[in-house]
Amino acid sequence: MRAFTYERATSVQEAANLVAAYPNAKFIAGGTNLLDLMKLEIERPARLIDVNGLELDRIEATPEGGLRIGALVRNTDLAAHDTVRRDYGLLSRALLAGASGQLRNRATTAGNLLQRTRCPYFYDTNQPCNKRNPGSGCAAIDGFSRQHAVVGVSDACIATHPSDMAIAMRALDATIETVKGDGTGRTIPITDFYRLPGETPHIETVLEHGEIITAVVLPPPVGGRQVYRKVRDRASYAFALVSIGAVVQSDGTGRIAVGGVAHKPWRSEEAEAELANGPGRAAAVLMADARPTEQNRFKVDLVERMVAAIFTEARG
Amino acid sequence: MDFTSTVSLKVNGQPYQLTLDNRTTLLDALREHLHLTGTKKGCDHGQCGACTVIADGRRINSCLSLALMHEGDEITTIEGLGQPENMHAMQSAFVRHDGFQCGYCTPGQICSSVAVLQEIATGIPSHVTEDLTGTIALTPEEVRERMSGNICRCGAYSNILDAIFEVAEGTP
Repeated sequence: MRAFTYERATSVQEAANLVAAYPNAKFIAGGTNLLDLMKLEIERPARLIDVNGLELDRIEATPEGGLRIGALVRNTDLAAHDTVRRDYGLLSRALLAGASGQLRNRATTAGNLLQRTRCPYFYDTNQPCNKRNPGSGCAAIDGFSRQHAVVGVSDACIATHPSDMAIAMRALDATIETVKGDGTGRTIPITDFYRLPGETPHIETVLEHGEIITAVVLPPPVGGRQVYRKVRDRASYAFALVSIGAVVQSDGTGRIAVGGVAHKPWRSEEAEAELANGPGRAAAVLMADARPTEQNRFKVDLVERMVAAIFTEARG
Repeated sequence: MDFTSTVSLKVNGQPYQLTLDNRTTLLDALREHLHLTGTKKGCDHGQCGACTVIADGRRINSCLSLALMHEGDEITTIEGLGQPENMHAMQSAFVRHDGFQCGYCTPGQICSSVAVLQEIATGIPSHVTEDLTGTIALTPEEVRERMSGNICRCGAYSNILDAIFEVAEGTP
């Protein structure tokens, strides 16, 4: 691990200012992903700003009837929150499908959104990786790509976003509140938050340097049957091959967000409109632009079968 | 440029003030600075659970936390749960049920087990909890799912499960 200076921020604005002032500064909250990457020197911040002391750990009702989740709410607390369990079951389910009990106790809401890919070539510093070392190439495209993305990919990167929670947040139309170093804030719909890899896979979100997430806001509950289904190589404590967060209404309409298949949670309104013609049709539209490798072609079929199973069972 | 900082925390009830290289993980602070070597370094990447300790009542991977991030926290390690002459009920149950072979993962397994029973008692759901809004049943499936962050390469899992159930049911 490279040496770094360490400061505890005492206010959101101070935290944003401290990071904005140094190009190589980073926020640290739970640290479960960042410290792992720092040990491997994939992340090499020269300055860490600890935001754990900021009072961003509350979950509160919004005047609109939704829920405002502080950026520092731990994954365990969010999954176990009574309102989340009752009205946003999809979010509880997604959180509980991810990581381990130990990690969920530390990992935060904002940090979960900002997790980096678990592509093994991103982690292996002996391999080229456009995300880790822009311009060096992608070892995954002609490598072992069974776990990689099939939609929204580019010639530079086929990494997936690893978060389960983000899939639920996407299905539930969450918005992300931030504060920047210059004191301004903004609200970013999650659909605009993540970027596709394109030619710049190292730039993963629309956040600016020094911009800090303060909360994630859920709109009022949408009801329906809420399902999070995750297919992985072992029954617990593994990243998804494919995961699906779905809201199924009694009339067969609904929402579908897919994990494990793209650089961001994958959802499309055109696909959901096709639910009127059956879940198979919706899944086909969702994966219409898939560009799988020989090794991960199975994910396209898996998405179709999972969507069909979820919608059939939920209405059964 | 200052690459060292000071942190005050309690470990097993004892207050400490440590001046550390900023990079020091909680795990290394416990082992290398406080010489509490019961907590083990397995993978050092949060994948194996050997480094599990209880911080402010919650189990965490001490390898994925900077010591500096624990200002004012109360840490409980395996040494704080019990000692050979005065073992915690979970430690005794692991001994009785042979919940280990080489023993390397055991401190983490025991810290995790103690916390798991607490999590079930306080109603924190898991991936296998059927009804998110109902009460949580203490079943082998629940315990296995919750213990998935602790790997045992000797494969003592079935005996670990027996030990945890013995404590949960209060019947040696």
